[in-house]
Amino acid sequence: MAVKVRIPTPLQKLTGNLSEVEVNGRNIRELVENLEKKYPGIKERITDEKGKIRRFVNIYVNEEDIRFLQMEETPLKDGDEVSIIPAIAGGR
Amino acid sequence: MSYVLGLRCRECGREYPKDVLYVCEYCFGSLEVVYDYAKIKKVLTKEKIASRPKNLWRYRELLPIDKEPITGFFSGFTPLIRANNLGKYLGIKELYIKDDSVSHPTLSFKDRVVAVALSKAKEFGFNTVACASTGNLANSVSAQSAFCGLRSFIFIPADLEMAKIVSTLVYGAQVVAVEGNYDEVNRLCTEIASRYKWAFVNINIRPYYSEGSKTFGFEIVEQLGWKLPQHIVVPVAGGSLISKIWKAFQELYKLGFVEKPRTKIYAAQAQGCSPVVTAIKENSEIIKPVKPKTIAKSLAIGNPADGYYAYSTVKESGGWGEEASDEEIVEAIELLAKTEGIFTETAGGVTLAVTKKLIEQKIIPKDESVVISITGNGLKTQDAVIPKLKKPWRIKPNLESFTEALKTYQG
Repeated sequence: MAVKVRIPTPLQKLTGNLSEVEVNGRNIRELVENLEKKYPGIKERITDEKGKIRRFVNIYVNEEDIRFLQMEETPLKDGDEVSIIPAIAGGR
Repeated sequence: MSYVLGLRCRECGREYPKDVLYVCEYCFGSLEVVYDYAKIKKVLTKEKIASRPKNLWRYRELLPIDKEPITGFFSGFTPLIRANNLGKYLGIKELYIKDDSVSHPTLSFKDRVVAVALSKAKEFGFNTVACASTGNLANSVSAQSAFCGLRSFIFIPADLEMAKIVSTLVYGAQVVAVEGNYDEVNRLCTEIASRYKWAFVNINIRPYYSEGSKTFGFEIVEQLGWKLPQHIVVPVAGGSLISKIWKAFQELYKLGFVEKPRTKIYAAQAQGCSPVVTAIKENSEIIKPVKPKTIAKSLAIGNPADGYYAYSTVKESGGWGEEASDEEIVEAIELLAKTEGIFTETAGGVTLAVTKKLIEQKIIPKDESVVISITGNGLKTQDAVIPKLKKPWRIKPNLESFTEALKTYQG
């Protein structure tokens, strides 16, 4: 399950300045674990102590927010594209 | 004199200096201003506040500015109205309207947050301010930056109607119409904010800006004679106002001005955009974004930045949430106008419609004090009510024609 992952600027220090990396994983939870193996320190930036995706980190699978899918259990398949994007503040 | 200690991440608690920062570099949580309450307690009294001019700066020790304010000298201290007519209709004995539809200078509660944001922007040395907005915020940034002699850039989605742009253009702001939807405009602004040294009031100086909302809460308590209401209904868009009202109540308690807050706080949203109310009803900490579809445009934020904090404020206070349909929104706008003589925008319609529902569901009891938060003016959203209103009589300029028309009068 090779998945392409887009890394936001604030986390690129951990990926050796790569903005895109390839990682395996059957779902988002596994993907995060495998990211951590390759780039130690990245997991705690994305998930809290309980392993849940942090409130202000948005994850998209092929442009769809995982909150509309199955959160950490959202399945992944070969060629999927995952984006990690910090939430941005706003207000009208 | 400053009482601000610094900024703190609302999620992981990491501390930061009081600078142009808005997001925790570690966990991306939003940052909040931290004050030295012990120091404030020594200098601030109810009497001192009462002796000051009737504007939002009467609570300045509890606002995040270090130097003198540069705007907002007539903003805030809007009327708290004992709404007996509406109260009688709803069966509520002690009902109040906090009426920011008459806020100076641009008729919405955004005048409060912008007054704080621009004063802080000047302190930080910015000479250009900006925002992404489709309405009330755009009006206020444009008007107040004109008064302060600051340059302003207002970013809007390109398909916005001209009528809505006029009340921003008139003050001389540079309006930038972006070919995209509101979320895309917002994302672009975040990128611009990191490229140019501009103060985006609701992005890079958001921690300071949002503190201005507390004055809405301070005023309600002061105007009730330093008493907390038992219930307050608040419209929710980005989720900032409702959590800052709660923070305001807690701060007044810390200073010993009121007893421990037991106010129940209720979130009001439109049926076509109710991510926070849905989370409240489902008891879920996760705010699922939605694609907004409602006439209450000023509340149409599908992915609210402070949605979780709005949710947790309601839960912590023991309140609840409810939503209103487009039809109920228009009915409520008319109800407020016909009972209290106040013309509010669609967001106000949402708040009153939700209040009515919560009373009908016996969630808000009839024998306790209730405040309805009215945050904007109906002159800005006239399109919403036009189809429902009676047409004027059209007559010839003679008495006979009038007498004939009068026969059809239904009072």
